[in-house]
Order: sequence, then C-alpha cells, then structure tokens
Amino acid sequence: MSFSDTHRLFSSRSAPLSGVGSILQRLHLDGPLLGALLMVSAFGLVVLYSAVAQNMDLWIQQCIRLTVAIGAMVIVAQLPPDFLRRWTPWGYLAGLILLIMVLVSGEVGQGAKRWLDIGIRFQPSEVMKLAVPMMAAWYLHDRQLPPKFFDLVVIGVSIVVPTVLIARQPDLGTSILIAMSGVIVIILAGLSIRVMVLLALSSIPGAYLLWQFMQDYQKQRVLTLLDPNSDPLGAGYNIIQSKIAIGSGGLFGKGWTNGSQAQLEFLPERDTDFIFAVMGEELGLLGVLTLLGLYLFIVGRGLFIATQARDTFSRLLAGSISLTFFVYVFVNTAMVTGLVPVVGVPLPLVSFGGTSMVTLMAGFGILMSIHRHRKLLPH
Amino acid sequence: MGLFAPIKDHHSEAQLFVGRVILSSVIGIILLGIVVVRLVQLQVVDHELFAEQSQGNRIRIEAVPPTRGLIFDRRGRVLAENLPAYQLELIPEQVPDMADTLARLAGIGLIKEEDIPRFNGLSQSGPRFKPITLRFRLTDDEIANFAVRRPRFPGVDLQPRLVRHYPDGELVAHAIGYVGALSTADLQRLDAAAYSGTSHTGKTGVEHFNEDLLHGDVGFRQVVTNALGRQVPAETRGFADAGPESESPSPGENLYLTLDLNLQRIAAEQLDGRRGAIVAVDPNNGEVLALYSSPSFDPNAFATGMSPSDFNSLQQNPDRPLVNRAVRGSYPPGSTIKPMLSLAALEIGATNLTRRSVCIGYYSLPGSTHRYRDWRPEGHGEVDLHDAIQQSCDVYFYEISRDIGIDNMHYYLDQFGLGTETGLDMAGESDGLVPSREWKRGAFSERADQVWFPGETIIASIGQGYMLATPLQLANATAALAMRGQRFKPHLVAAIEDPLTGERTVMAPEQLPNVQITNEFNWDNVLAAMHDVMQSNRGTARATGLGAPYAMAGKSGTAQVFTVAQEDEYDEDEIDERLRDHALFIAFAPFDAPEIAVAVVIENGSSGSRVAAPMARAIMDQHLGLNDGVNADEL
Repeated sequence: MSFSDTHRLFSSRSAPLSGVGSILQRLHLDGPLLGALLMVSAFGLVVLYSAVAQNMDLWIQQCIRLTVAIGAMVIVAQLPPDFLRRWTPWGYLAGLILLIMVLVSGEVGQGAKRWLDIGIRFQPSEVMKLAVPMMAAWYLHDRQLPPKFFDLVVIGVSIVVPTVLIARQPDLGTSILIAMSGVIVIILAGLSIRVMVLLALSSIPGAYLLWQFMQDYQKQRVLTLLDPNSDPLGAGYNIIQSKIAIGSGGLFGKGWTNGSQAQLEFLPERDTDFIFAVMGEELGLLGVLTLLGLYLFIVGRGLFIATQARDTFSRLLAGSISLTFFVYVFVNTAMVTGLVPVVGVPLPLVSFGGTSMVTLMAGFGILMSIHRHRKLLPH
Repeated sequence: MGLFAPIKDHHSEAQLFVGRVILSSVIGIILLGIVVVRLVQLQVVDHELFAEQSQGNRIRIEAVPPTRGLIFDRRGRVLAENLPAYQLELIPEQVPDMADTLARLAGIGLIKEEDIPRFNGLSQSGPRFKPITLRFRLTDDEIANFAVRRPRFPGVDLQPRLVRHYPDGELVAHAIGYVGALSTADLQRLDAAAYSGTSHTGKTGVEHFNEDLLHGDVGFRQVVTNALGRQVPAETRGFADAGPESESPSPGENLYLTLDLNLQRIAAEQLDGRRGAIVAVDPNNGEVLALYSSPSFDPNAFATGMSPSDFNSLQQNPDRPLVNRAVRGSYPPGSTIKPMLSLAALEIGATNLTRRSVCIGYYSLPGSTHRYRDWRPEGHGEVDLHDAIQQSCDVYFYEISRDIGIDNMHYYLDQFGLGTETGLDMAGESDGLVPSREWKRGAFSERADQVWFPGETIIASIGQGYMLATPLQLANATAALAMRGQRFKPHLVAAIEDPLTGERTVMAPEQLPNVQITNEFNWDNVLAAMHDVMQSNRGTARATGLGAPYAMAGKSGTAQVFTVAQEDEYDEDEIDERLRDHALFIAFAPFDAPEIAVAVVIENGSSGSRVAAPMARAIMDQHLGLNDGVNADEL
C-alpha cells in the first residue's frame, strides 16, 4: 500500500537484534520510541537548567520526576492490552469519583481546586487523561465501526462528564485536552466526515456557550490574544514578552543561559508553560525546529504502532495517545507564539512539573505494550 | 441482522483506521506547519524588531549625578565642600523582621523612636530592593557603634555618599545658604532630566542663586536590569554584548565669594546673643565683604536632613534664626539717613552751612501743641548743620524738613538706593520703603488715609514713620556716601572657576547711576560732619572713634519701636526688651580713600552710638588691619 514508505521509516523489525535490542525486547520497550523520548527529555533538561536560572535543587527535582516517569512507563509496558481493557471501566469510575472528591474537598492552589491529598498529593485530572480515551476505546472495542448514533451519545456522555468536572476546577486547558483525547478516539473509529463537518459548524454556537461558561480570567486570555498590546503590563504581558523572547532569539539564539528575556525575569512562567520561549530565545529557530522534529518523530512512531495494533481497543487507544500528544505540542507552541489563547498547557516532557510527565510516560508505556502485542503479520 | 450482534469486519475496520490516521497526519502537519511559519516570522522576518525590544527591556539608562561646585571665601578658604560621609541604608527585601530591626536600631540610638512609623511606611511603598536612607550622616562614634553590630542587622548597611558640608556653617549660613533634599516643588522648577541623579539642590543664598553654576551636568551610564528594575552585574552574566555606554558627569563650577571669613567671624562674635545684622561692602566695586545675620543656624542640618521636630523648633524659635535679617530685615533707618538728607537740603537750598537752629529738646509745628521730641530731652542748644549731624540733633532736621519736603526726600534717598532692592546676587531681598505723596496715594484704599500730613514729613526726616531700610541697603548707601555719589551694585560672587581647567572668570564690578549732587563742596561738608561724629569731642560716636589708627566717618541711628506717650519720658529700664529702640550705625573708612562701608542693625539694641558703633569699628579694624592687598581680582 501507499503507506509503505512510512512503514519502512518507522518499522524496527528489520533491525538485527543486538544486546541492547534484546534487553529492550525483554522489557517490552520499543527502541525508536524510547530513543526519541529520551532525546526530548534530555533536551528538555538542558533547557530547563537554564530556565530555572541554574537552580540545581529544582533541576534535580525534575530529573527525579523524569526517572519516576520512565519507571512508570516501563511498568505500564509490562501490562498486556487485554488486561488494560478489562480494567478500563473500573479505572474510569475511580477517576470520576476522585474528580468529584476534588470538587468537594480538594486543595486550593493558585486559585483553583485541582489537587487531592490521599497519602500523596496529585491531580485526579491526570488519571482522566488516559481513562477517557481508554473508556471510549473500550466501548467501541466490541461494536461495529463506524460507530452508530447511539454509540456516539454514550461515548459523548463519558467524555462530557469528566470534562465538565475538570472545567469547573477550573482547569480549562486540561479539560479541553481530555475532551480532545476522547473525540480523537471517535474520529479514528471512523466517524463519518459529514458528521465531523456538521460538528465543526455546530462548534460556532458551541463556542458561544463555552464563552458563557468561562471564568473572567479565561475570557481575558482570549481577548488578550486578539490584541496583546491593549494591556501590555497586564494580561497581554505574557504573550508580548514571549514573542520578544522568541523573536530576539533569531536563527541561532543568544546562547544557552544567555537569554536576557528569560534570565532577567522578563518572561513569566519561563520554567513551565513558557519554556518553549526560553528555547526560542537561547537556541534560536534551529533549536526549536530540532525539538519539533523529535516531537514529530514520536507522534509518527506512535501512529505507526497504532496501525500495527492487534485489536480495535489497542488501535484506537494508541492512535488517541499519539494524537493527543501532538495536540499538547501544538497547543503549547501555538500559545507561546501567540497563535491561540494562553490556556495553561505545558510543553510535554520539557516543562517543569511532575504529574503530567508521569501520565505522559505511562501513556507511552501503553503504546509500547500495544506494540509488543501487535499483529504478527502486517497484512 | 436484527437478532444477531453485528459481525465485526476487522479488515475494513483496519482500512478505515489507516485512512483516519492519514487524515489526522495531514491535519497535524498543516497545524505544525502554521507553528513553523509563525516561528520563522518571529525569529527571521521580525527578528530585528524583537531584538531591539529585548535590548530596551533590559538596558536602562541610569543618571550619574555631577559633583557640586565648591564655594570659597575671597581668600580661598572653603565655605562649602562635598565630604564623603557614611549614610545608614536599609534594603527592605533583605530585612527579615522590619519592626524588630527598626526597634533595635532605635535602641542603640541610630534612629529616633519617632521616625520608626515613617521608615515603616517607606519600606512598604516602592520596590523592595531599593535602599531607604535612615540617616544621612553618621558620626565616627556611630559608625563604630554600628560596625561592631552589623552582623545582627541583616539588610542594614553603611553607604559612602558625598554630602554637602559647611565647615564654618553658622558663620556664613545666611550668605551662602544651604542645600536641601529635592522637593516636588523643586522638581517642577528644575529640569527633571538634568536632576535625575541629584538628591539635593540649593535652597537659599548663594547655593540657591547660583544653582545653575554649582550643579554641573549630569552624566549617564547604561545598566542591565531585570524585569523588576533591579540592577544586574552585566559582566558576570554574559550580557556584556550591549557594551554599556556611559558619559561622565561634569562637575559644577567653583565659586569664589567676595566674603571674608574673618569679617564673618568678627560679625558673629559682635552679634553673639543679639538679633541683628552686619553688612560690609567695598565701596570701590560693590563687593560684599561681610553679610551676617544673628542669630544664625547650622546649614549642615539641612544638607544632612533633620527630623520634622528639629525643623519645627528652628522655625518656631521666637528669635527667628532662619530669617536673613541682612537682606530681608526692614528697619526704620533712624538718624542714619541724616547725612543723605543734609546733602538733599544743601542741594535744593533748604538749608545752608550758616543756618542755625536752637534746639530746646522738642519741636512743634506752628499752631500745634504736638511735640516732636529730640533724643536728648534737654536739647542741643544752638546748632548748625555740621553740629546737627555730629550730635544727631533731631530738632534741626525737623525744622528743615518742611523746606525739603517729602518728595525731595524721596528723590534723593531713592538715588542712594533706599526703597528698592539692591540687586544683590541672592534671592529674597526686601524693598524697604521710602515714602512719598505718590506712594501714600497708592498704598491706602481710604481717601482720608491717602493724604500726606505735614507731621509725617517731620518724622520721616529722622528716618521714622513709614520709612524702612534693610541693613544691606544701608551699607550700600554708606558706600555711595563714601564714594561721593559713585555707586556699584553689591555682589557676592567674585570669580567663577572651572574645576577641570582651573580657569577663572572674574566678575566685573557693575556701576550704577551716580547720586546727583552738583556741588562737590556739599559732599565735603557732609562727609566732614560724619568724620566728626566719630572723631571729634562732640560726636555721638566719639568713644568708638577714639584711638583709631585711621580716619573714619559714621552716623548713628536709634529707631523707635514703641511710641512713648506725649507726657511720658522714654525710660530704657522700664521698657520690655523687645520694645526697646533698634540700634543702628553706618560707617566707612579710611576717610580719604574708603575701602569698607559698614551697616550695623541691632534689634532692640537701645543705642546706635553705644551698641552698634563699636561693632562697626571692630569690622573696620579687622578689614583694614589684615587687608594685605588681597583683592578678589588677584585671587
């Protein structure tokens, strides 16, 4: 098929089994995916070192988180897709309960209730990042595809309930991403193009409803995107400073740890949501294109794994995880460059922060497990 | 299919999935392409624009204040200098417990308890990294006291700064004035850019009048700052590519004054414990040799900053030390105007040298019983003009005043510079007042008050009534007498020195229109009478002139503050100190080639000849005895 070029590019099957290869195989790990993930993480650590102003404590903290996340990936990779599928409804249910608990008794941080402290402090919304697409894939696993209207309603409810709960924390960025991960499953399952166009058109009144639903600060962010210079020291400050940082970096950047915007604290949130701007300033266009290239490879490898998957559940889940990862990258880079409103989405594997990295890596663990249990013959 | 679950078609499902993956990939690549295009736009197309904005973000231009010009006296002794002084500063963000720190600083006496709320307020406004000055100038003991305790005061430190210092502050306070912290009013008056690094500005006196010369030109340097405006050491962080440009400030001009510190010191000694002023000028060029107002104050307190309570007590002192009596004090000139009136009378023929009056101790207008008293109740007997000046006979002048008339008095006294500012290079001079018919018409609103009464001419002839003059005006008029009508504008700045090249610009004397006396013989006679005031056995100030190694001329004046009722005698001992007469004396010397003209005014000093005259003598002695030919021109 016409897919053969891509197939060759992402297939590792022809590679001879070396010592490293056998270890990877025994650990159910996919070499190319693992390599690209490690490269992005290493790149991220280098940039983060500069973004936290050489604060070794914070940097080591991030190294530890990365190690934990990789550990989670390795563990998840050992779980067969069938096992994951069987436990999906229970995981989803548990996630819903945790979300309700957050709304009732969550801890407040930065004006929002997102955290839950049950022995360890974590954000239950992270669980939902995997549970929602898994739930949709689980539901569609036994059904005839493309999905029927009734199926769409059921899946729609399973997506909307956690999305609304998270949006009310309020955490607009995460809720949109979680909704996206569910919607991607439906699209991959073969939702008819006509319905997709219809949905896209209905998103205009939907956007109006969303606007009514948004908090003032969220509305402000949208308005700011349209004209950042209207309030240069207030809401527009982030975007203006971020654009200055990226633009002043030029082709080759100002040099690692030499970005005046980042190092002199003009750039807000430089170690979290706006770390892409630090990279743009210090490493230039070449630096950010390198990172985007690595991201693209990860997404491509993930989609390849999805096409090789053994059953519907695995296929849909692998596709959703890969494409959701892409959505992360796109939303963050588009937001930092001023293309979309600031919605608080971190740059995956690079931004400072714990839970999201563990979730991401666990997702890649699922991909690896799916790849391990792929169809033995492609066609 | 109704009864059976639909059979999954795995192959078509996989085909469908691959189709969707391709669709997603296309959409994804388009989206990523948009981001890449955006990055190219920011980083390549608009790079220059953003690079410029990022420079502007971090490079701030900081003003470097110039060093203020120095002030010297006519012999080159320092009157105002800039001393490195340690000031106590506190950086709020580095202080762990503000209340505790301030309380402990007050505990060891470095700040006052009453200032704590003010510093607390300052520490909460403004950026937390910006130092607050707690004390402008610490004594050596306080520096040592703090130095040993420094580890216990994190965030508090000593900072060296240049502080204006007046080594003989009290001697010259009213002449050279002082600098004080820039106020919002100052900033409206001054060029904000030129003063962007400056903390103090001249508030009064020479410091104020010559602010433009003394201040100098501000310099600048570029500093790298972070988003909060905090300065960052550029060299350590590799941002040196901006190559901070700078321009050095140019220091202010040095000023050499006409003042003689020795004369200031003598004046201060003479006026110690009194309210009054002494002004001495060089009649040949208008140089002000001495300008002292008593009581004085310490101008250093203004330069280093004082507490509101200290300032209030200075301002509310009943002796009003902040008032510059030498140029602002308006006093009835009393008999000191008699030589000038004599010239006027001779000039217009209101009297002549042979006319004699019999002084019986008082004078009454024809048809009136009101007695205008002579200062000497028993009278001076038969006197001519020479005697009347020498003995200061009031009745003689009462008599001729009717023939002179108030408008002629005004015409001549005005030529001597009375009634208008002298134009000294210092702000805040009073005009004084020489009345005339025209003046009175304009000065009062009621028709009845606008009429000039004959009696007012009579008291004007002895420098009483409406007439007022400042000590500076009297010294200036005395100089005109000494020079036989030749007049100069008084000035304090003798020379301006460029501190970098050492080049001096000497101020040329500015001549004013002469006093119009057509008959030179009239000068001879009036000046001879002034000579005899001090150096004949009938002169009112003969005690002062006694034994002087040089010839001098003078005139005493005793001005009423308090009107004695017609039937009462003025008894000094019975009158409250503040109601006693003002004592005045004017003098010049040497008689044949005058080098100094002096005016002394002592508030409530009782007697011009007994109290003020010896002070004028002391000043002249000092000037003539020590003047070894050093002039401002030779500085």
